[in-house]
Amino acid sequence: MTDTRDRTVPVFRTEGVTRVYKTGEVAVHALRGVDLSLVEGEMVVLLGASGSGKSTLLNILGGLDQPTEGRVFFREQELTRVSDRALTTFRRDHVGFVFQFYNLVPSLNARENVALVTEIARHPMRPEEALERVGLGHRLDHFPAELSGGEQQRVAIARAIAKRPDVLLCDEPTGALDSATGVQVLEALTQVNNELGTATVLITHNASIRRIAHRVVVLADGQVKSDERNTTRVAPHEVSW
Amino acid sequence: MRALDRKMLRDLRRIWAQTLAIALVLGCGIMVLVGAHSTQLTLSGTQAAYYERQRFGDVFASMTRAPASVVRAAAEIDGVAQAEGRIGFGAVLDISGMEEPATGRIVSLPPEGAAMNVPVLVRGRLPDPEHAGEVAINSFFGEANQLVPGSHFGAILNGRLTQLTVTGWVLSPEFVYTIAPGAMMPDNRRFGVIWLNESAAAAAMDMAGAVNEVALRLARGADERAVIAALDALLDPYGGTGAYGRDRQLSHAFLAGELQQLGVMSTYMPPVFLVVSAFLVNMVLGRLIKMERPQIGLLKAVGYGTLDIVWHYLKLAILIGVIGIVLGWLVGWWIGSAMIALYQTYFGFPFILRSAAPAALAISAALGLATVVLGGLRAVWASSQLPPAVAMSPPAPPSFSRGYVDRAIAWLRVRQTTMMILRSILRWPGRAAITLFGVSASVGVLVMSYFMFDSIDIMAASMFEESNRQQVTLSLSQSAPESAVIDALSLPGVRRAEGAFSMPARLVHGHRTRLSALMGHYEGAELARLVDDREGPVALPADGVVVPQILAESLDLRIGDMLRIEMLAPPREVLDLPVARVIEQAMGQEVHIGAAALFRAMRVAPQVNQIHLLVEADAMPALNQAIKTTPAVAGLADWADVRGQFDATLSENLLTMVSIYTLIGVLIAIGVVYNAARIQLSERSHELASLRVLGFTRGEVGFVLVGEMMLLTLVAIPVGWVLGYGMASGLVSQMATDLYSVPFIITRRTYAYAGLVVFVASLGAVLLVRRRLDRVDLATALKARE
Ligand SMILES: Nc1ncnc2c1ncn2[C@@H]1O[C@H](COP(=O)(O)OP(=O)(O)OP(=O)(O)O)[C@@H](O)[C@H]1O
Ligand SMILES: [Mg+2]
Repeated sequence: MTDTRDRTVPVFRTEGVTRVYKTGEVAVHALRGVDLSLVEGEMVVLLGASGSGKSTLLNILGGLDQPTEGRVFFREQELTRVSDRALTTFRRDHVGFVFQFYNLVPSLNARENVALVTEIARHPMRPEEALERVGLGHRLDHFPAELSGGEQQRVAIARAIAKRPDVLLCDEPTGALDSATGVQVLEALTQVNNELGTATVLITHNASIRRIAHRVVVLADGQVKSDERNTTRVAPHEVSW
Repeated sequence: MRALDRKMLRDLRRIWAQTLAIALVLGCGIMVLVGAHSTQLTLSGTQAAYYERQRFGDVFASMTRAPASVVRAAAEIDGVAQAEGRIGFGAVLDISGMEEPATGRIVSLPPEGAAMNVPVLVRGRLPDPEHAGEVAINSFFGEANQLVPGSHFGAILNGRLTQLTVTGWVLSPEFVYTIAPGAMMPDNRRFGVIWLNESAAAAAMDMAGAVNEVALRLARGADERAVIAALDALLDPYGGTGAYGRDRQLSHAFLAGELQQLGVMSTYMPPVFLVVSAFLVNMVLGRLIKMERPQIGLLKAVGYGTLDIVWHYLKLAILIGVIGIVLGWLVGWWIGSAMIALYQTYFGFPFILRSAAPAALAISAALGLATVVLGGLRAVWASSQLPPAVAMSPPAPPSFSRGYVDRAIAWLRVRQTTMMILRSILRWPGRAAITLFGVSASVGVLVMSYFMFDSIDIMAASMFEESNRQQVTLSLSQSAPESAVIDALSLPGVRRAEGAFSMPARLVHGHRTRLSALMGHYEGAELARLVDDREGPVALPADGVVVPQILAESLDLRIGDMLRIEMLAPPREVLDLPVARVIEQAMGQEVHIGAAALFRAMRVAPQVNQIHLLVEADAMPALNQAIKTTPAVAGLADWADVRGQFDATLSENLLTMVSIYTLIGVLIAIGVVYNAARIQLSERSHELASLRVLGFTRGEVGFVLVGEMMLLTLVAIPVGWVLGYGMASGLVSQMATDLYSVPFIITRRTYAYAGLVVFVASLGAVLLVRRRLDRVDLATALKARE
């Protein structure tokens, strides 16, 4: 499959996104006016200290959460000030998620965990195909408890890409993995990005992973501290951890 | 199958034990509803069908002697569909191998067979009209005395001992409940009903061409009171003692009373059980689904809508509900069968029309489903409303600020594991409260169920030990003048004799009625006394009746009120007497009157129909022998023996009832504790595994789990006692308005049993879960996110 997307069209655009958490009397400003624009086919690495607001931003982009202030657009569609139902449809049709803690349904095997999503998607690939893409064609009937951490995470990636999403949002997908396994997972992600042209946002604490991205955004204290393009990208297995 | 449905089935299989526990709790409510209703419907349906098939009479009358033609005249009365006359009388029986005499109620059987009150043959054949000495007997009597067809026994007919041959055993709608007139409870060994050929009966009573009993069946819509009045007028010249309807027919009155009581039980008890179990299921299911919070978050994150998710978990809840409903139905049916079998031991039905109680099935299913759907909805709704990002992350750790309680705990210097138990209870008071409520509910249910046996027990003790100090009571075949007491003194071994007059009676005050007995006391009686719990023996007032408190309450009687007393045996008079005194008698169920006042009201000379005796210890055989040949005495009650039988019957009945109620209480306790412990285990497996890693032994870690549950159980037991007290008093106040009233006394024994049963059940449930704790793989538990 070749990438036919226009790499100049923005997929996501945020305008002054602010998110305040109120717990008891203290208000935590997780995001303070983030303006950001991500384009089609792009792979973005999101860096930042713990608590800088990375997950919050990713959740808002993916329609899992709503900003307190500011606006978010997916292509022409505004994601802020819409109903829960509209957000659900948005997630179902356009977004693939990968979380740090795999988040597989323990009572479903690999194939079924993927099928959970393909059954409600519009143009999904077969679960088997998605699992083959992440190198798990031989583990279809294994339950999460019978898979290693890396394998579980790759099932989660298969689940995310099986619906052919427009964007792939990954929150520390390698956070719980050793480097060798982490590389396998990143390989799977870059491969999907290259072959399917899926715009990908990847949160990590590992600064060396930045080199696999087209673009690196650094958050600090709820604000964008830097936003740079990589002149050269390297393959995940060339990254030293 | 869709992946989501597959998930549900696998989840159900994974948590099968919890599913079953919830289903059992739900099933408990349903089984009581189905059990009680199907018993009630079965018995009342059987009763109706039996009465109809065997043409049970609507109106009955007896007289001294009337020509047979009076029957035809009775049939002519407006509203009468059918009339039949017969000869009926009482006789002393002599059963070989039985030292004491038995009594028989003898009824004549027409040569062409009975047209009304038709006996049903259950064994052997009916007597041959050609053979005067052949009889059929009621099967309870036959069974108790092993009088199989072909065996013989003696009866004193017309003053002569006559040998009778048993040809068969029968049951009759007239004698569903066979109790000797004046007796306190059925005694199948010493009281039998005997169907004798009409010719033989006529010869025995010297009544050829005559009858002394008439029974009528009414046409649809007939006015029973008018018929009774007309029949009274018709029989008056022949010494009629007053016609009466089914409501004053002894067997029917007892049966109807029992069914009415069963009706109250089946309308009051099941809702209590159902509400308790519904509440528990609601909470337990809620907790089960709350644990699914991260998965709910995930499903939302990948694009499942709120409705999809709600429906998914509702299906799980409904499946659990269906399992509970089906279990409840099956066990309810079984309980119904056990109860019916119990009733069959003292109600003689030739057949049973088992009713499935379709309404109870439908209502219980609807309530059961509503329960699980509501419980499920409440929990899913809360989780599915959370933003997915929040739902997926573990709930915020509870604040562990140090409060007074903590300081108190610290001051107590308890062990660290004990501290964990106390902290956990204090941190999640809601969770602890659910367990506490569930366990106390099962204690309460047991207290409510067991307390009735206390009442019966205490009633028996007061009846046998306080009031009745005589050793033997003779029932006379007919009321006799007071001089009969003097005659009794000449019986072998008699040291003291006292006369009394006792009569089964219906008491009526306003719209309230109660089946009871009227006791006439002679002045100076020392054996069968009237005793006030506080003031001791009571002297009967010169006028009016004395009513025990409990009876007065249930009939809403106050001193000065007029009480109507309808006698249920000849002379079947109706007396209106003022209440002169109300006495404290925890167990009192009877109305008392001084003999002088009674016979003044009846306008007859004083009579006795019972003689209480004190007898020399070794004189019983001689006394029994003498009574057998004394026609004036219809029966003899040896009080030691009566007590023995009472206890035996009671313990047999109690065993069935206690097993059923214990089962239910235990199921509720197990269901609640098992679920609480399982949820506790999965919520805290990480914490508990960490303890193991830190070097705590299995026993110590297990103590954290077992200790918390058992501590809650211990706290719940007294709460349950209070709850049970409330439920029992509710039940009493429901039943008090009806035929019988139950004295409201709960003994320590009941509290102790209820507490003990629940304690053991909880311990069993939590130990089951503790075994799982041993199997928890430390590595996995620690890796798990929560
Ligand atoms: N649900 C919440 N309630 C209250 N505060 C929250 C919540 N979620 C996040 N925060 C706060 O918002 C801030 C940003 O959190 P966020 O999870 O976005 O950080 P992060 O950059 O992803 O950190 P990490 O690298 O540790 O995952 C933090 O200070 C955090 O404490
Ligand atoms: Mg984060």
